[in-house]
Amino acid sequence: MRTGGEGRMQPSREQPQLLEIRGLTKGFPGVQALDHVDFTLHAGEIHGLLGENGAGKSTLIKVLTGVFRRDAGTIRLDGQEVTARDPADALSLGIGTVYQEVNLLPNLSVAENLFIGRQPHRFGLVRTGEMRRRASELLAGYGLDIDVANPLSSYSVAVQQIIAIARAVDLSAKVLILDEPTASLDAQEVETLFGILKDLRRRGIGIVFVTHFLDQVYAVCDRITVLRNGRLVGSKPIAELPRIELVSMMLGRELAAEALHRNQRPAVTGEPLVAFKNYGKRRFVDPFDLAVRPGEVVGLAGLLGSGRTETAKLIFGIERADNGQAFVDGKPVRIATPRDAARLRFGFTPEDRKTEGIVAELSIRENIILALQARRGWLHQIPRRRQDEIASRFIKLLDIRTPDAEKPIGLLSGGNQQKALLARWLATEPRFLILDEPTRGIDVGAHAEIIRLIERLCEDGLALLVISSELEEIASYSDRVVVLRDRRHVRELSGAEVSADTIMTTIASH
Amino acid sequence: MIRRHLPVLITLVVFVVGYLLCLVQFPSFASTRVIGNLLTDNAFLGIVAVGMTFVILSGGIDLSVGSVIAFTGVFLAVAIERYGLNPYLAFILVLGIAALFGAGMGFLIHAFQIPAFIVTLAGMFLARGLCFVLTTDSIPINAPAYGQITDIAFALPGGGRLTFIAIVMLVTFAVGIVLAHFTRFGANVYALGGNRTSAELMGVPVGKTTIAIYMLSSFLAALAGIVFSFYTSAGYSLAATGVELDTIAAVVIGGTLLTGGYGTIIGTMIGVLIQGLIQTYITFEGTLSSWWTKIAIGALLFAFIVLQRGLSAASLRSR
Repeated sequence: MRTGGEGRMQPSREQPQLLEIRGLTKGFPGVQALDHVDFTLHAGEIHGLLGENGAGKSTLIKVLTGVFRRDAGTIRLDGQEVTARDPADALSLGIGTVYQEVNLLPNLSVAENLFIGRQPHRFGLVRTGEMRRRASELLAGYGLDIDVANPLSSYSVAVQQIIAIARAVDLSAKVLILDEPTASLDAQEVETLFGILKDLRRRGIGIVFVTHFLDQVYAVCDRITVLRNGRLVGSKPIAELPRIELVSMMLGRELAAEALHRNQRPAVTGEPLVAFKNYGKRRFVDPFDLAVRPGEVVGLAGLLGSGRTETAKLIFGIERADNGQAFVDGKPVRIATPRDAARLRFGFTPEDRKTEGIVAELSIRENIILALQARRGWLHQIPRRRQDEIASRFIKLLDIRTPDAEKPIGLLSGGNQQKALLARWLATEPRFLILDEPTRGIDVGAHAEIIRLIERLCEDGLALLVISSELEEIASYSDRVVVLRDRRHVRELSGAEVSADTIMTTIASH
Repeated sequence: MIRRHLPVLITLVVFVVGYLLCLVQFPSFASTRVIGNLLTDNAFLGIVAVGMTFVILSGGIDLSVGSVIAFTGVFLAVAIERYGLNPYLAFILVLGIAALFGAGMGFLIHAFQIPAFIVTLAGMFLARGLCFVLTTDSIPINAPAYGQITDIAFALPGGGRLTFIAIVMLVTFAVGIVLAHFTRFGANVYALGGNRTSAELMGVPVGKTTIAIYMLSSFLAALAGIVFSFYTSAGYSLAATGVELDTIAAVVIGGTLLTGGYGTIIGTMIGVLIQGLIQTYITFEGTLSSWWTKIAIGALLFAFIVLQRGLSAASLRSR
């Protein structure tokens, strides 16, 4: 690895303020995505930007790179006030961004990706040889020795990411924003990437590093800034920040001295309805053991990106496991597709209701009968009268507030959409239900209703697996809680251990 | 390296095998006369196919080319025969009109984000309609310049002739290859087909490139129309119907991915020659209906599309 070109190394003692954001505000209809956020980035530092979903990280980056217009606030780069019109403009100002989904062109050669729009040319013809030579040289500086004539798609995501970084830096980036660059890399690749980041830091580039992995924050970051609900929680040097404090900054909760009151139910015993042994998928979620009994609620807790949703997707067959075995009623089963899971009478309400759950244009009735109809096969249409019956039964049962069942579901409030989604799976009379963030984006009143519903379903003998970022909530209704960190199931809490405090300390420990 | 060029290699193998099969049955396939005619008969198709390759590489489609060919023929016939315009001036004029026409389509596609399919479909009806406005008759072109141009030919050893229009096609292919693989414009075309959003983020001039691509396609369609008028010595409103589809077939058989981003000009040339080969074989055979050409092309097209799916699935898995 190179230690930076001569003349580029400028060890500055007083650390100039490379990027200075003051009072940044951005609102969308119904949401204040950023509320007077301050952010300072020095040259030659790696700055972690942290926060849960909806904290405002991506809005901040999008305002910075010109995808969104800001409502108020100033952005200064090297003391000059700047406003990027679009990402290309931001890049020319010196703000380069590398996304998790590498935004390069898979079909072009590596060299073309590095030099598109500025290929060396003579008499209108691109000097391919010269371009490849320069590309190889550039990448050698990042410890990459690859054939730059090959298409980008022939290399791994990790290599593509390094190429994207090399491109951004070569286009005279002073500020490099990395948006979850490590989410799909393995440990070895992460090490390589960190080596490169440290090298760039020595060259005086300011790096904003967005990640969910606490270990990685402590491995490379100099300082961190935490956002929550669009507000700045704090900005601190990492050396002075204990893990538990960082986690509490992110989750917005102080360690409570007194134990919280909790519904103590007798421990559920009996044979598990579903069980997973050493179940996992490489680069997705580490192998885990998990069992859920009828009438039991198991919670999955952890920070965003810790592997909660990944676990759910694996269990429901949305992603195919490459390791381990699944059991239902003690018998081995194969869950390779959601269809398999539905046939085993599993149900799943996804985190992202709008894109993965509801079909907004269809009516409430059609949305409710969707899973049941799919299970029966499309040739055996459920008679209209029966459809109406099912819809009106669940609308009454779950108290879905709507004038009638024929209203497009997209017009309902979030809480009512969530209930309709629940109804969709309940109509199939499931035995095992997975709820991913069932209370996200729902107003407080509806929150309580959904939680009561979860408890009622559990009393009816359903096995439930619930994912939530709300620690209090998950602690209140779960019999057991599995805590995840860095895509690994690290600990299972049961009985009196189940409390928001223990969950938080488990997340923070390492 | 081999994997990257697999689609073209397969096309080449299909052509070579097909040619050898023809040769076994009819030894005269080796004569320069047959080869010369193969190039001459498919010259206009080859020229349009170069433009179509750029369009498809960028992830678009151009359905208007057949109509533009017909319009060119009718325009030339009317301008030269009815109004006594100098043929060379008429050529320049019609090339200019076509380029403007293409630029207009490209502008609509880019500025209003309308699918190319719809815009060029409209262009197709428009150009065809304009033909009928000019004339509904088939007008023969008897200008002396036409005779002179068709007479230009290089004698090939063995009695064959490399005609002027065949040369125009070969030159078009050569220019196309340089443009696609050795210029910034070419890289931009591939970039658009790879991922439009990424291309835009990376600073590719998306609008300018889109307009240039459709301009090129219509320009080459007009050039093909001129060549076609040498070939038929007439302008007729109903000429070249369905040529846009033959062209798309040639491009796809030549190994270009319909979704854009992958493909070569040389592959398209082989694709055109395969179509020509099938046609020539059927002529030689004598008993088969000429519609068998369409059946053979249909079968090949199916085979190639399945092959492309298979290849891209395989390359995804190998990652």
